[in-house]
Amino acid sequence: MTVHQPSELELDRRGYRRRRQRRSVLVAIGSTLAFALVVWLTVVNTPGWSDVQRAFFNPEIAWAALPKVWDGFLLNLQVMGLSVITVGLCALLIAVLRTLRGPVFFPLRVLAAAYTDLFRGIPFIIVLYLVGFGIPTIANARIPPVVLGVLAVTLTYSAYVSEVIRAGIEAVHPSQRLAARALGLGHGQTLRRVVLPQALRKMTPPLMNDFISMQKDVGLISILGAVDAVRAAQIFQGQTYNFTPYVVAGLLFVLLAIPTIRLTDWYTARLRAREQSGSLL
Amino acid sequence: MSALLRATGLRKAFGAREVLRGVDVEVAGHEVVALIGASGSGKSTLLRCLGLLETIDDGQILLADEDISDPRVDGNRIRARFGAVFQSYNLFPHLSVLDNVTLASRIVHKVPKAQAEERGLALLERVGLAEHARDHPDRLSGGQQQRAAIVRAIATDPEVLLLDEITSALDPELVGEVLELVRQLAADGSTILMATHEMAFAREVAHRVVFLDGGEVLEQGPPSQLFGAPREARTREFLSRFLTP
Repeated sequence: MTVHQPSELELDRRGYRRRRQRRSVLVAIGSTLAFALVVWLTVVNTPGWSDVQRAFFNPEIAWAALPKVWDGFLLNLQVMGLSVITVGLCALLIAVLRTLRGPVFFPLRVLAAAYTDLFRGIPFIIVLYLVGFGIPTIANARIPPVVLGVLAVTLTYSAYVSEVIRAGIEAVHPSQRLAARALGLGHGQTLRRVVLPQALRKMTPPLMNDFISMQKDVGLISILGAVDAVRAAQIFQGQTYNFTPYVVAGLLFVLLAIPTIRLTDWYTARLRAREQSGSLL
Repeated sequence: MSALLRATGLRKAFGAREVLRGVDVEVAGHEVVALIGASGSGKSTLLRCLGLLETIDDGQILLADEDISDPRVDGNRIRARFGAVFQSYNLFPHLSVLDNVTLASRIVHKVPKAQAEERGLALLERVGLAEHARDHPDRLSGGQQQRAAIVRAIATDPEVLLLDEITSALDPELVGEVLELVRQLAADGSTILMATHEMAFAREVAHRVVFLDGGEVLEQGPPSQLFGAPREARTREFLSRFLTP
């Protein structure tokens, strides 16, 4: 097999494209630097900037607060890690309950629907108060804040996530269900083997959106008295009368969210590439 | 001869639209029956009703003398005895071609995975798709996808094959490879009921042709008679549209 040698014309075109590309990169770098310089000069020369910097972006305080805030952040991570599992399971259960047919399941369907309506409507902070202070009062026992936090997050986010899953299930084309039924697969088998795997791909982006939202809301468990990142920052702020620890805690949450966001993009792109080859149009 | 599949007085309406208005149709074992008729004449609906993919409003369906239209029968068990192929292939995009083919064997018929895959590969080999066994369906051409869908339908040795306009979505040059496969299946003695617009193919392969018009069987008979000397004016009018001037 002979390797195709590009013609003079094509080589010339490639050279031209390469030069254009190099020029584009240089222009982008130049404009970015210029823009950054303008922003920097504007901010620094704004009256009161030094006060803002001292109160919010104080490097020494940030550095001093980091270990305590980080320790608290580990608690947030713990609640989040557990919640991902419990929310996933509960939401899937609720979503599947809502797709069940047959009169026997009528009360379960209604219950699942009522649950999603209720917990999507109720502010998370109220759920947190009810669970965080109500349940220990009834139980008359000390319950670890991690457990209470996970419970509150699960109650609220299962409702959101189950709706995403249900929408994903309904977005799978009916012809897929038809084909599965034609092969003799039952309702449950069709759901598990054909509908859910396809629904999962469709719902990854909105699911990740809810996940990121959940990552942030986990910060609210500080009101339970648990020393999480937010609470640790608050304590440090109380001692120094400087707000930088909050910024540190905030940055930790942002840093946590960014990989999740990138991972989602990468994952959906990979699935798309595997399932639809060829033209992008 | 007792029919393998027999439907009598089949009625089906979607809302106020009556699609089937008392259809009697039967298919004997090893018989190939072609269902022809204009779009909207009820061909697809009839196939779906027979394969228990729609509930019927009236009438009766017998498969090997068992009343499968009785709501007390286990629909999943009956559907597993049919093989259905659709106009738009309906392959599962998240599964490889081989997994598409072996899904029903593994999940419904509980065949061990290795055994199901061995048979699946043999069938794919037979239709020239062995090299695509591990690919996802979107990598295949329309004709290849439809051949894979046919393999999926026959992988569980169904008693009756229901083919619903399986070449209608294909480019003309891809129609031949799919019809060739159906021709082979017919030659192997499969029982086939196919809705089709390929008149030449129906004439060549079918033992009997059923002309459906407005949700009723207007006329049926051997291809030579139905295509050569149709009795009904509506049949003649319909067929005249397929004659090349």
